[in-house]
Order: sequence, then structure tokens, then C-alpha cells
Amino acid sequence: MKDFLNSWGISLMVFLPLVGALAMLVVPKAKEQFHKVVALAASLVVGFIGILLMTNFDYDASGSLQYVVDKAWIPIINSRYIVGIDGISLPMIALTLLIVPLCIIYSWNRFPEPKNPKAFLILILILETGMLGSFVAQDLILFFVFFEVVLLPMYFMIGVWGGEKRQYASLKFFLYTLFGSALMIVAFLALYFLSDKVSVDGQMMHSFDVRLLPELATGISTGAALWIFGGMFIGFGIKVPMFPFHTWLPDAHTQAPTVGSVILAAVLLKLGTYGFIRIAIPILPGAAEKWAPFIGLLAVIGIIYGALCCLAQTDMKRLIAFSSVSHMGFVMLGIATLTTFGFQAAIFGMVAHGLITGMLFFVAGSTKDRYHTLDISRLGGMLKSMPHMGWILGFSVMASLGLPGLAGFWGEFPAILAAYEPGLGLNVAFFRVLMVIAAIGTVLSAAYLLWMYQRVGFGVPSKEFEEDPHLHDVTFSEWLAWTPILILIVVLGFVPNIIFKVTDGAVSRTIAIVNGLGG
Amino acid sequence: MFNMIDKVWIIPALMAASFLIILFFGKRWGTRATAGIGIASVSICLILSVVVAGNWINRVNNPPTGAALAADIVQANGLTPQTGKTIGEEVNAATKDSGETVATDSHGESGESHASEAEAHGGEHESVPPVVRTVTWFQIGGLQFEMGTLVDGLAAMMLITVCIISLLVHIYSTEYLHGDVRFTHYYAFLSLFTASMLFYVLSSNTLQMLMGWELVGVCSFGLIGHWWEEKKNTDAALKAFLTNRVGDIGLILGVIITFFAAGGSSFNVLHLNEYALSGNANTTLLLVGALCLFGGVTSKSGQFPLHTWLPDAMAGPTPVSALIHAATMVVAGVYLIARLYGVFFSGLAIGSSTFHYVAFIGGFTTIIGGLLAFVQTDLKKVLAYSTISQLGYMVMALGVGAWTAGVFHLFTHAFFKACLFLGAGSVSHACHHTFDMREMGGLRKKMPVTHATFLIATLALAGIFPLAGFWSKDEILAGAANGQENAYTIMLIFGLITAFLTAAYMGRAYWMTFWGKYRGHAHPHESPKVITVPLVILAACAVVLGFTNFPKSFFGFKLPGSVTTRFEHFVEPTFAFPPIQHAAFTPWLAIASTILAAGGLFIAYQYYEKNRGPHGLTSRSKIAHAGYTFLENKYYLDNLYTGVIAGGTTGPIARAANWFNQNIIDGVVNGIGNGARKVAGVVYVFADQIIIDGAVNGSGQGSEGAGQLLRKIQTGKVQQYASILFAGAVVLAGVLVFVV
Repeated sequence: MKDFLNSWGISLMVFLPLVGALAMLVVPKAKEQFHKVVALAASLVVGFIGILLMTNFDYDASGSLQYVVDKAWIPIINSRYIVGIDGISLPMIALTLLIVPLCIIYSWNRFPEPKNPKAFLILILILETGMLGSFVAQDLILFFVFFEVVLLPMYFMIGVWGGEKRQYASLKFFLYTLFGSALMIVAFLALYFLSDKVSVDGQMMHSFDVRLLPELATGISTGAALWIFGGMFIGFGIKVPMFPFHTWLPDAHTQAPTVGSVILAAVLLKLGTYGFIRIAIPILPGAAEKWAPFIGLLAVIGIIYGALCCLAQTDMKRLIAFSSVSHMGFVMLGIATLTTFGFQAAIFGMVAHGLITGMLFFVAGSTKDRYHTLDISRLGGMLKSMPHMGWILGFSVMASLGLPGLAGFWGEFPAILAAYEPGLGLNVAFFRVLMVIAAIGTVLSAAYLLWMYQRVGFGVPSKEFEEDPHLHDVTFSEWLAWTPILILIVVLGFVPNIIFKVTDGAVSRTIAIVNGLGG
Repeated sequence: MFNMIDKVWIIPALMAASFLIILFFGKRWGTRATAGIGIASVSICLILSVVVAGNWINRVNNPPTGAALAADIVQANGLTPQTGKTIGEEVNAATKDSGETVATDSHGESGESHASEAEAHGGEHESVPPVVRTVTWFQIGGLQFEMGTLVDGLAAMMLITVCIISLLVHIYSTEYLHGDVRFTHYYAFLSLFTASMLFYVLSSNTLQMLMGWELVGVCSFGLIGHWWEEKKNTDAALKAFLTNRVGDIGLILGVIITFFAAGGSSFNVLHLNEYALSGNANTTLLLVGALCLFGGVTSKSGQFPLHTWLPDAMAGPTPVSALIHAATMVVAGVYLIARLYGVFFSGLAIGSSTFHYVAFIGGFTTIIGGLLAFVQTDLKKVLAYSTISQLGYMVMALGVGAWTAGVFHLFTHAFFKACLFLGAGSVSHACHHTFDMREMGGLRKKMPVTHATFLIATLALAGIFPLAGFWSKDEILAGAANGQENAYTIMLIFGLITAFLTAAYMGRAYWMTFWGKYRGHAHPHESPKVITVPLVILAACAVVLGFTNFPKSFFGFKLPGSVTTRFEHFVEPTFAFPPIQHAAFTPWLAIASTILAAGGLFIAYQYYEKNRGPHGLTSRSKIAHAGYTFLENKYYLDNLYTGVIAGGTTGPIARAANWFNQNIIDGVVNGIGNGARKVAGVVYVFADQIIIDGAVNGSGQGSEGAGQLLRKIQTGKVQQYASILFAGAVVLAGVLVFVV
């Protein structure tokens, strides 16, 4: 069993969704039931393999990569098929494995126009491969390929199944991210050529190996390292998205179909922050130290700015989208501190934001299905029309504003704490200012979320919706898709060690690399 | 008696279970079952709390010695054997850390030093460490952070107070909320609140306290907005939550600063206190930390200038006001100071500095709250402002170093204030749910039990001998007069003025409500037993509880040491606690404050009952009128917060940010996009057809299959852009590699 997992586990997990997608390709699209079952089954089997990997994972050695497979892939440039899981990637993989089947369950009876479950579900499965692949890849080219694989299905999803302005939104999403990717691949190539060579079968070659690059890249001049980091910063920063590269996000989210928004918020944004933690910072710690104050500053601006923009929104979904800008600011602040506390907060924040904002998008989608509008001023009295849905929204709002006892808190508080004493030689006074501003951001996030809830959940339904028969409470498939998320939000809130313990080894190791090579 | 002190976590867990049961089954099982589950759970909690208190008393009477003591101290510090190495790391971290040094004494020594400390200041009791039981909560950077329970006299006292009042409120609410649309919802929140509050008071570290603190805040939010159909109520709920969030900035930062000050390895409250009192603490850092923490106290415990949410919070059901907004949640801030007294004492240099921030804010709050109570016509709002004023008293007491006095007042106040609130609820229950005192009057004959209990509680609050308020208020005044080395004269004056104000506004409320002629339109009648019995119990508490801390010498009258100052003996910590002085009973102060209180009552009687005095002064004198308007507008603080700050942020500032986003940032993005499209057009004609034709066609064919999905979208453009971007990327990569 263990041997099998060691050699095949990860690859199977990553590529099984594609197998499902291929099976679906050859079956005509009229057989909707078949497609739904196959897609769900594929995602569940993938989830099962993931669970096997997690149960056999050696948690005492979470700092080192496990289930590593290292095979030649493109020998001419020494790009290799290297995959592996450690404590940093494990929570992200778990999040992906959870969200995808829930999205399929949620979509079961409600495929957005123009329907076509076959194409929709195939895209979701391709997305799953891309996301999982990005989290396991340990080779820059391999990572880049997976990173890009994610792009197209999401582009189609928004462009075909999206709202009224889907063409603009999808094109913007695609080009903006591609622009970032272009700079990212530039940075990767530069890194490749400028870093030291390693011996491959007796021949000295450059390497894309993420495991080796921290050491190989020590010889890169400070100036070049700063430029390379800058390229990665823009590539990853757009994905996060960081202020001021965030404007694709509200449009994409607002126009995307519900599960598109959920996957986008829950997993895709994390590819950016994950890139910082996995690639950019450990490989170029010296440049990271120089960039960190700037990243911290943008992160904090994002927190406040995103919150202020939220306060001005009239559309519920757009408000939630902007709240992502604000929340991801906390994640980036944690990363910018270059400390174990900050990184741990960031990873926790990534998972928590994935669950909570994903949940909010689910509710927003279901609200739209029933009211056919998300205009906050027209909604109201949800607690009266649909008590369960109103409660779930209220709960998600509380979780999103970072209430202690729910998951969101553990992404915010340790990040603020970390800014008190940033790592390496970072300017302490500067980061303490950032800390205070970030803490003020928590008030603003409570303000926009509660203000939204007051107008959507509280009050009495307007005349328009008083007798509307479409306003039925939470359906069975919604319960099925939401319950796991709701439970996890509470459990992670009370037992944060579920994640912290897993990530601690790997984060400590990463920070040690950062300190050892960059200090 | 079995030992409950080790398993005290069961108490909050029980209430949490009650919450979950009511939440999931309450609707199905009906209102009787719902209330029954709640009442049964709180009753069990109360019994267990009494056992815990008994255990604690036993522990104080038979303090642990030798190995048992050492083991307890290790536990209390959060230093379990396996984290023994934490100390080493802690020292390393501290010495690395810009030369700040941390308490480095080993366990045994710290135990000894505390024992000697205790001898030095009390002389009578030995150092009894609290009982701390922890489990690992989370791990970061190899450090284990723990979660656990801490039981000492203070915690035990709070357990009992919270459970008694919660139980009475649970019982009272069965009638008061009878037939309410959201009966189950209400009881679920009551259980959750009680669980959170108990969790809070039992916390062994500041992070856990932060958690409990916020959870009670959420319950408060939910219960203030209980009748959420009306915008007025939800506005009040939002105001309460957001104002508290503002204070929480301070709390969060305070927790962080004290954490790092004490070595950055533990949030344990005793560890923080020990560090603060260790003599080589960084007092500047502690001062900043304490002031930040006090920011949280300011909002939660309704201190000036963040008190404005509390009167609005009266929009919630009255039993909730009694439980949450008078007796328990609002004292969370006071409890925080009491719990982290080492940090506050050292940080603010209580007793040895001229910087009296906490004492001053407390004293100032007593006055401004008391004054506002005069212009209220809503009975509940009078009580709300009175609560603000009394909370100020407690904070002031802690600020001048009179720890026991402040905590004792917290204890007595909880009972008589809850009695007043529930009494007001009873009155309203009889008068068509109004709280407007102008529609009351003459109720003393119609509601004799409510009247009697309200009167007793009023006198207790006014501080009339021998009711509970007299003793606790008097201790505070004595503490302000001669507690620490340099007397806090201003605080004493504040305290005396408030003694007068309290009696006067309570007299006003009392006479307006219960005397004169009935001015309303209902047919008031005495409330049923479910309502009056809790009132009687609380009134009885208001009579007797003052004697729990009977002074050692009362006008020369001396009782044996085994019955005097029992509260102080059992509740005041002896471990990781600063060397505070205890003011003796001061006869002249007791006489002065009693005269002031009696005078206040008398003036209120003359003015409101006998209709004597300068009536209509506000229409004759401009100054009086201006003063009245100033009070009526609550010092214009609400206008500042709601209108200027909140309105400004949600209005112009947010709109400006959004405009900036849509037009500037996104404008640039769209501009680049359109520019690129134009460039692309040119490139397409001149370069694309000839040079990268193959590349485009290739990728075009490759995505033909997927393209089916995309019929309606302009696919061609995307491919062009992509190709151009990648061409650019290759060029840039070349530049980076070969030029930089």
C-alpha cells in the first residue's frame, strides 16, 4: 500500500480527474445523468486517494517532502517531473479535494444557462487537475504548466456560463493573469539560467528543481535577484490578487457562475500566495527581504482599500468579491513578515478564506437563484423568508469578519501578531505601523459585512418578494454541499492545531532556509 | 466534597451542549422543553460552581505545600514538564531580543518569592497558586500554546455570579418572553452566552480570553437584535458590535504586545503577571500594552468615550439587559483588568506615578454616566446610564489600586442591578411594554412585590446602610482616599459626587415610576410568581451580600477575624499579584457618602414627588437650557461617531475609494487593454501574417475542440494576445539573463 502510494499516489490523484473528463468526452452530452455521476465519482475517488495519502502521511516529518516522484521529463532543459507533498501543500490539497466534489453536488440540479452539464463538469475536472498539480509540482516548468492549465477552464466557465458582462470579465481575467504568467515565466527562465548548475548523469546542467534552487540561486547577483523576484511578485501578486492588481477579481467574481466563483475564491487565489511561500521566498530570500516592506505595505493598503470598496458596493456578490481583496491582504501581510507565525497565519488564512468566502459565494449564488437579483437594496428579511439560509449567511458573515472561535480568526490574528516582530532584518517600526493599520481593518470588515447582513438578513421582505414562491429555504443538495464547510469552519476555529501542527514543520524549515541564506 | 476544580471545563461545556441541543431540537420539542433544557443546564452549572467555590475555599484554608505546591506552580505558569525547555528558549529569545530581559527565576524560586511577597503585604495568608489545567491548543514554530482553565477565588466568584443571574434570567424569561416569535432562538442564545461567559472567566490565557470576549459580543449582538424586523433594533445591535470592535483593536494589540513583552512564548495570564511584577520588566512596553488592553475595556465595559453603545443596547429584551448589559458581559472589561492586574499595576505604575489614566477614565465615566441618567425618560435607559456610571466606579477602584473594592463592587452590583432591570421588566410587562416613565406612576400599590424589591435595589445602588452597595462603594472611596501611598484626591471627589448623583437619579426614577398618580393607559397588575420570585431572590442578595466583606473594624465595632473581610480573604489572589495596600474602613468617609446619598434621595423626593424646587428652570435660564440640551444630545458623541466618523467612512470615503478603483486603477487596466488591442491590430497586419503565422495557426488548431464551446466569444483575439505576450516574455527573459 505504502509503496504503491509512494510511487503512484500523487500522480493518480492529479490525473484521475482528466481520466474522468476523457470518459465524459466520448459520451454524448444528452446523457446528463451519466456525466454528473461520472464527474462526482471521479472527484470522490480523487478525494479518496487524497485521504489515503493524508492518512499515510508522516506527520512527524511534515517538514520534508513525501511521496516524492522524480522522473526525467524534458531532458534537454533538465525539466523534471517532480511531485511531492509536505506540510505546506497538504492543507491546500485537502481544501481542493473538498471543494471540488461539493461544487459538483451543488450544481447537480442547477446548471446555469446555457446548461450543458457535460462541458461544465469536464471543465471542473480539468480545473481540479490543474489545481492539484500546482500544489504538488516541485519543478518550475511543471508548476507553470499546471498553473496555466487552471486558466483556460476558468476562462471558459466565466465566458460561457457567466452573467451579462461575461465576455468582458472573462477576457480581462484571462489576459490579466496571462500577463502575470508571462512575467512569471520570464522570472523562472532567468532564475534557471543564472543559478548554478548541477550534475545530471555526469553532465552539468541548469535546474528547475524547486528543492535545489534555494541553494543553487545563492550565486545570483542582488540586482538580478531583485528583478527576478519582481517578475514572480507580479505573476503571483495578480493571482492573489494584491492591490493594485486586483481589478480583474470583482468583475470575474461577479460574472462567474456560482461554482466558478467558489472555486476561484477557494482555491485559485491561493495559487498566488502558495507561489510566494513555496517558490519566490525560499529561492530568493535576499530579494524577498528587500521586497517584503513593499509587499507588506501593499497588503495593508489592500486590507483597508478592499474594505472601503466593500462599503460602497450595492451588489452582494461584488461586495463579497471585494472582501477577498481585503482578506487576502491579511494573508500577504503574514507572508511579508517572513516569520513562522506569519507563514502559519498565511496558510491557515488561505484555508479559512477558501472555506468562508467559498461559503459566502454559495449563499450569494443561491440567493440570486431565488431572488433573481443581488441588489442589496432590494433584498431584505431573508431570516423571515428563508430562516435557515438567513442563519447560514449570518454564520458565514461572522466567520468572515474573523470572529475568534471560527476559522477566520486564525488567519487574521497571528498575521497581525507576526507583524509586531518581523523576521530577518526587516524594519520593526514600519511593520508595527502596518500591524496597527491591519488591526483597524478588522473593524472595517465587521462594518461592511454586518451592514450587508443587516440589509439582506434582517428586516422584513420588501413588497416585491413578500409572497414570492421562489423563496424556498435551503434545498437538500445545498445542505449536502454546505454542511461539511460549515462544520469545518467551527472545528478549525476551536481546534486550529489541525492545520498548524501539519504546517509547522514545513514552515519552520522554510523559515530556516530563509534565515540561513538570506540573513 | 468531590474535586470539581480539575474538571471545571465541564461547566462551560455543559452550557455549550445546551446551546446545541436547543439549536437543533428546540423548535421540534417546543417551548417548554426548550426553557427546561436551558434551566436544567444552568442549575447544574450553578451547583457545580458552588462545588468549585467550596473546593477553592478548602484550598485556601489548607494550602498545598512542598511538592504539591511546586507542581501547582509549574502548572500555573503554563510550564508543564515537557515545556520546561520553553523557559530556556524563552530566556534565549529574550536576551536576543534587543536586550529586554525576562523573569528567569526557576519554579521553586518564583514560588518562594511569591510566598514572601504574600507575607510582606498580607501577612495573614500564604501564597495559594490558582489551579490551572491545560491541553495543547496549537503549535507554531515548535512552541506549544495551551488552552485551559484557571480557577482561583476570582474565577469562582464569577462562576457563581454568572450562574445565579443566568439561572434567574432563564426562569424569568419563560414568562417575559412567553409567546415570543423567537422563543427557541432566544434560549439558544442565552445558553450560548452563558457558555461563552463561563469560558471567558475560566480562561487561562489572554488568547482564550479574547475568544470568550468576542463570543459574548456576538451573543450580545444577536440578543440586542432579537426583534430584528425593526431597523431601530438592528441599528442598535450593529452599533454595539462595531463600537466593541473599535475597542477590540486595543485588545488585540494589547494581547500581542504583552505576549512579546513577556518573552513571546506564552499567552498564559499568570506568566504575564509574573513577568510584569518581576522587577526587570520593560515598563514602557507594559504601559503601552496596558493602555491598548484598556482600549478593549473602554468599549466592553462602557467607559468614556466608547460607552455610547450601551444605552442603545436596551433595544434587546429586558432579561437580556439584566444578564448581559448589567451584570455579566459588561463587567468583562473590569474582569480583564482584575485578571491581568500585574500587567496593569506595573504598566501604569499604580500607586507610584502621577499618570492615572485608568483611574481617571473610570472616575470621569462615573460622572458623565450619572449626569446622563437624569435626562432619560425611559426607565431602562436610566438604568443603562447608571450601569455605565457604576462600571466607571469599578474601573476607578482598580485604577487606584483598590483591587478588592473594585471586584467586590462588581459582585454586589451584579445582583442589585439585575434586580433593578428585572424589576423594570416587570413594570413594563404590566404596562403594555412601555418603559416610558411618563406613562407610569403610582405603581407601588398595584405591584407591591415589584415595588418592594425595586426599592431595596435602589437603596442598595444608592449606597444606603446596611445594603450591599454601601459596603462596596465605601471600600472604593476608602481606597481612593488612602489606598496607595499617594492618595487619589480627584478620584475621591469623582466618587463622592457620583454617590450623590446616583442616589438622586435613582430617586427620580423610583418616584416617577412608583409614586404619584398612574399616567398610562394600561391596567397594571402584579406580575406572576415566575417574575417576582427572581426579584425577591435578587433583592435578598442585595441585602445580605455586603456582609461578605464586613470590615475588620466598623466604627470601633470589631468582629472576630474569621468572619470579617471574607471576600478579600478568598477572592483576592495571592499568587502573581502585586503588593497592594488595603484601606481600612474610614468612618468619616462612610458618614459623608451616606449623607450625600441621603441628600440625593431627599432632593429627588422633594423635586419629583413633592414638586418643589426650581421647576421649569430650563425654560428660564439659558445656561440651564444649554446644559440640558447638551445632556439630551449625549454630549454629541453619537453625532460624532455615527454622523461624522461612520457616515464619513461609509459615505464619501468609501465612494471615493470605489470611484478610484473603477476609474483610475481599472481605467489604467482597460487603457492598456485597448492600447494593446490597437497595437495588436497593427502587428497583425505587418508582423503576424508573415512571422508568427505558423504559431498562431498551430495554437488555433490545437484549441479547435475547446473552441466549440466558445462560438459566441471572440476567440481569435485571445490567442493573438497570448502569442504576443509570450513573444514579449521570451524577449524579456533574454534581456534579464544577458543584460542584468
